Amino acid sequence: MTKADTLPIHTEEDIVRVRQMTRSLAQQSGLNLVDQTKIVTAASELARNTLVYGGGGHVILERLQDAGRAGLRLTFEDQGPGIADIELALRDGYTSGKGLGLGLSGAKRLSNEFHIDSRVGEGTTVSIIKWKS
Amino acid sequence: MERIPILKQGDLLLVSVQVDMHDQLALNLQDDLTQRIVRDNARGVLIDISALDMVDSFIGRVLDNIATMSRILDAETVVVGIQPAVAITLVELGITLPNIRTALNIESGIALLRRLLPTPDGDADDQS
Ligand SMILES: Nc1ncnc2c1ncn2[C@@H]1O[C@H](COP(=O)(O)OP(=O)(O)OP(=O)(O)O)[C@@H](O)[C@H]1O
Ligand SMILES: [Mg+2]
Repeated sequence: MTKADTLPIHTEEDIVRVRQMTRSLAQQSGLNLVDQTKIVTAASELARNTLVYGGGGHVILERLQDAGRAGLRLTFEDQGPGIADIELALRDGYTSGKGLGLGLSGAKRLSNEFHIDSRVGEGTTVSIIKWKS
Repeated sequence: MERIPILKQGDLLLVSVQVDMHDQLALNLQDDLTQRIVRDNARGVLIDISALDMVDSFIGRVLDNIATMSRILDAETVVVGIQPAVAITLVELGITLPNIRTALNIESGIALLRRLLPTPDGDADDQS
């Protein structure tokens, strides 16, 4: 059983709204404070990538109720330039801009499940799940 | 434009971040503090982030930049009140904040600044 919300990501204020909505859904899912903070931080990193590199997009936020497990799934989608070398982009410290290159790799570490699908010229989808521990 | 207030107390500048900062707001704080250090002849900057429930790579980088810039301008920056959950998350994210000094709360932050800042006769004040 899932319930989904979608938020646009077109401005820096939208990144703040994504953080706040993620926090509130993480609380409702029963995640503890540390896990809430981890998924909110991962959401902030991925939302900024959607805005800065993807040229904007949206996030789908879903509370998961899976065989007695509760969790939260966030799916970030953009129709931007895509990522040519995903392995490189996931490397700690790799940035094509002026970041620290920790957003993608950090979001992966902060989540329980991480999926990335990107096609050059078509766009990028990154999805993460945090389960209640 | 939206700005975070900066208070002056003696030779210190005090900032308490009370809102979830969007990126430009964090950059404004960085610019404002840099200018105020010079204009107010400040020797120390204390930034209280106890109200922040998350610090991501962007905010972390801004805090680190503030510390670096203040040092270039002969001032010390101390960040206080980092919540435990925020600290745990920063480590897992891979953010080390290499240039930042931290203290648990405002009182110990001010005490740390007092120790770091030379007294007028040129010696470091070694009271603890
Ligand atoms: N949605 C996206 N669309 C296109 N390229 C992307 C997208 N997300 C990430 N990338 C690419 O992957 C690289 C690594 O991303 P990551 O978030 O790890 O680092 P960063 O954003 O450059 O720096 P940081 O997040 O630490 O500030 C980016 O520099 C960019 O080239
Ligand atoms: Mg990033």
